[in-house]
Amino acid sequence: MPEKLQGSVGPEQQFKNYLSEGKFMIQRCKSLDRFFFHPRVAFPGTGERDLEWVEASGIGTVHSTTCNRRLPEKGGDFNLSLITLDEGPRMMARVEGTEPDKVEIGQKVKARISSLNGEPAIIFDIL
Amino acid sequence: MNQNDINNLRGKTAVVGLAESGCGIASGWSAMEIMANSVHDALDDAGIKLNEVDGVFAATAFHSMAAMSLSEYLGLKPKFADGSQIGGSSFLSHILTAALALDAGLINVAVVAYGSNQKSIGGFKTISEAMPYEAQYEPRMPVTAYALAAKRYMHEFGASREDLANVAVSARDWALLNPRAYTYDKGPLTIEDVLSARPIVDPLGKLDCCLVTDGGAAVVMTRSDRAKDTKNTPIYLLGAAMEHHHRMVSEMPDLVRTSAIDSSQRAFKMSSYKATDMDTIQLYDAFTINTLLFLEDLGFCKKGEAIALVKNNNIGPSGSLKVNTNGGGLSCVHPGMYGLFVTLEAIRQLRNSAGDNVGERLNGGWIDNAKLSVAHGNGGVLSSQVTNVWGVSETL
Repeated sequence: MPEKLQGSVGPEQQFKNYLSEGKFMIQRCKSLDRFFFHPRVAFPGTGERDLEWVEASGIGTVHSTTCNRRLPEKGGDFNLSLITLDEGPRMMARVEGTEPDKVEIGQKVKARISSLNGEPAIIFDIL
Repeated sequence: MNQNDINNLRGKTAVVGLAESGCGIASGWSAMEIMANSVHDALDDAGIKLNEVDGVFAATAFHSMAAMSLSEYLGLKPKFADGSQIGGSSFLSHILTAALALDAGLINVAVVAYGSNQKSIGGFKTISEAMPYEAQYEPRMPVTAYALAAKRYMHEFGASREDLANVAVSARDWALLNPRAYTYDKGPLTIEDVLSARPIVDPLGKLDCCLVTDGGAAVVMTRSDRAKDTKNTPIYLLGAAMEHHHRMVSEMPDLVRTSAIDSSQRAFKMSSYKATDMDTIQLYDAFTINTLLFLEDLGFCKKGEAIALVKNNNIGPSGSLKVNTNGGGLSCVHPGMYGLFVTLEAIRQLRNSAGDNVGERLNGGWIDNAKLSVAHGNGGVLSSQVTNVWGVSETL
């Protein structure tokens, strides 16, 4: 194991590895009993290092949402939203399954692991 | 020393020269050439020789080590340099750092500079790396981030696209009085023009977004004792503060409350003035939502009340608040990093009032009896916030 680094890979690669295995995992600080995202080597702001990976419920709420306009030949309009996970942290993602400009703030959404440009990606569907 | 002693920078330094060059379209000129030209013009304005400059501060979207590249280009051997890159507000933080270095006696003459030829070479230019955990969703940065904030603002406070459009209309009205503005001869905007412009990232359309131009700018700073003896009216740095809470918009703690709340409180405290004392208000308006957020965050009204404050062209030339009096990033100039241009306008208004010739404006374009200006810079995606308070000698 590399000196002073905990684990075989860093949290970013670990997150991606989990996604490749079909798991949406987020980190939790045990002593604070708090979740956070994005993945880090320590809890943001206070630096606690007693972290564990926990499978996210995948349930969240649309915090804000936009329709990004794009030419049809380049793939057409797409949604881009900020989702607040039920565990607390917020993340960027796309909401699909409805028109990209029909997503509304406050809607409950559920995550699934799909892919974008050949990489695993978390996409949300409206519940 | 502690936080209560921050007043020790108040009035210790001043801007004694300024210039912009290559604003609009500067085909055939490189970003460095535009930036260096601005420095020479600002030194000419100040009446200070190039070889007296011993502090160099710069950032661009073209140079990873801008302060060093600029120093070399100018033929300088600075004793202190700072190329901190925190986006468009970088220059307002450079001014704070320059004030510290001048006051500490590390340097005697500082130049803060910027240059860009983005328009001539194909459009918006950034050297930002892709954001982990965001890039794969292909946000159209920075527009998407500001659109997310705008959408949330509309949700929380019941704002409409018309409320955002008021900002663009007033900015254009100012630009029509300013021959330096890119849209000086483009005619006024109506609310309908803004609403019907090509959608970019909902709820922001093309006219909710800043211009894309070329341009460079520079200011020259000295300690106040020397500033008194230069040929222009010195404009004193009364307060300066910065703060940032995030880099990626997905990490922004509150999409409708920026760290300008914190930077402006400390800058105003250092200055011993408050927001309502300001005769001119220069805000970094890369997008229409910025002006609403910063009017609130700097303390000109409570959260959510900027919607009412900007109605009826109240931030335009005929209104009660003199906001973005050059036309702003929306209608005057925006070469990619706009921070030095809020600074130039804040200072030009004060120098014009004091009798310096800093250019022509149509009637109403110069603010009568302006003694205090606030310049507020924003960088990244509503990320870095830097507030500078400027005043003439009688405000010291």
